[in-house]
Amino acid sequence: MSEEFTRVILLFISTVLINNFVLIRFLGICPFLGVSKQVETAFSMGLATTFVMTLTGMATYLINTYILEALNLPFLQYVSFIIVIASLVQFVEMFIKKTSPVLYKALGIFLPLITTNCAILGLALLIPLNGYNFIESIVFGFSAGVGFTIAIVLMAGLRETLEFGDVPEVLKGVPITLIIAGIMAMAFMGFSGLISI
Amino acid sequence: MQLLNDFKNGLWNENPTFRLVIGMCPVLAVTNTMTNGLAMGLATTFVLLASEIVISLIKKLIPNDVRIPSYILVIATFVTFVDYFLKAFFPPIAASLSLFVPLIVVNCLILGRAEAFASKNPLHRSIADSLGMGFGFTWALLLLSAVRELLGMGSMFGIQILGAWYQPMVIMVLPAGAFISLGILVGIMNYITKNTTRDTHCH
Repeated sequence: MSEEFTRVILLFISTVLINNFVLIRFLGICPFLGVSKQVETAFSMGLATTFVMTLTGMATYLINTYILEALNLPFLQYVSFIIVIASLVQFVEMFIKKTSPVLYKALGIFLPLITTNCAILGLALLIPLNGYNFIESIVFGFSAGVGFTIAIVLMAGLRETLEFGDVPEVLKGVPITLIIAGIMAMAFMGFSGLISI
Repeated sequence: MQLLNDFKNGLWNENPTFRLVIGMCPVLAVTNTMTNGLAMGLATTFVLLASEIVISLIKKLIPNDVRIPSYILVIATFVTFVDYFLKAFFPPIAASLSLFVPLIVVNCLILGRAEAFASKNPLHRSIADSLGMGFGFTWALLLLSAVRELLGMGSMFGIQILGAWYQPMVIMVLPAGAFISLGILVGIMNYITKNTTRDTHCH
């Protein structure tokens, strides 16, 4: 039991810091560049994404193991995963709308956008690829979301400060954001020797 | 004439990578070598062409409310096709692109063109648009991967270009180098056209 627990903790740390979804794996770059202008909205986006990612981790494990593998239909993986994600996002949106109008207002427009976030489909595809079990899949989804949130909130904080900086005209907007992301990726590379699994 | 304009639009004016800044995940992830960049560009071009043809043909049959899921299904079908094709005929390329072949499904470039162009325009214009966008995407990937491979390993398409005197800048083939070189390239493109990039995001 304790060995299992250690493995899960290590998986969490390595997914959040060492193999950060945005800065090391290049998944979810679009929202990272698009929704990182203010810390508050960036945090809401991160929260919504973490929520959907955790559920996706659970759902894809179940579908892959009990439907696709059991019936030997691996070629339907992409089609079925994307349908699952789209309907999951729709379901989460309806659920939040009914139960917590405040949260719904805060997340609002970000929810439907999550369907086309490649971090979610990437997560779904990595689970069968890495052969995670049920618990590991959920932890993997949750920690991928936490890693995404950390990256996008850090970036939003930097961009808020950058508003007062003297950026050359041609680098304003996307180019300077990419260069900052590069420097952040370098900083995250420092974590690479932290643990080894 | 109109067809030529549709084609040229994607190559420069609305270049998906440098002008619209959409579909950035593969641009950053697979441009560590030129072979990968070219393969990704061509795979995306094929999916774009095939999906725009199908969507343009069936656009009248799709109810408006479910059009986005329908587009995604069409795209996912062609992506599965490309993925199996690469795995069967080019296993090393399929292995090095790994996750990013299936992720063409959620490349906003393809869904974006399906929604913005193929669903409104006739077949021949959709073909011109998809080829323009696809080749625009491909040359952007090739340029970025050329910079990264040359500086990072001193080679192009795996052939050593720079001599033994060259000390490779390993950072260029690592994730950090991808962000920085793309940022500088977009900046240079902005300088050439003297327009700042429109802050589009891809959803």
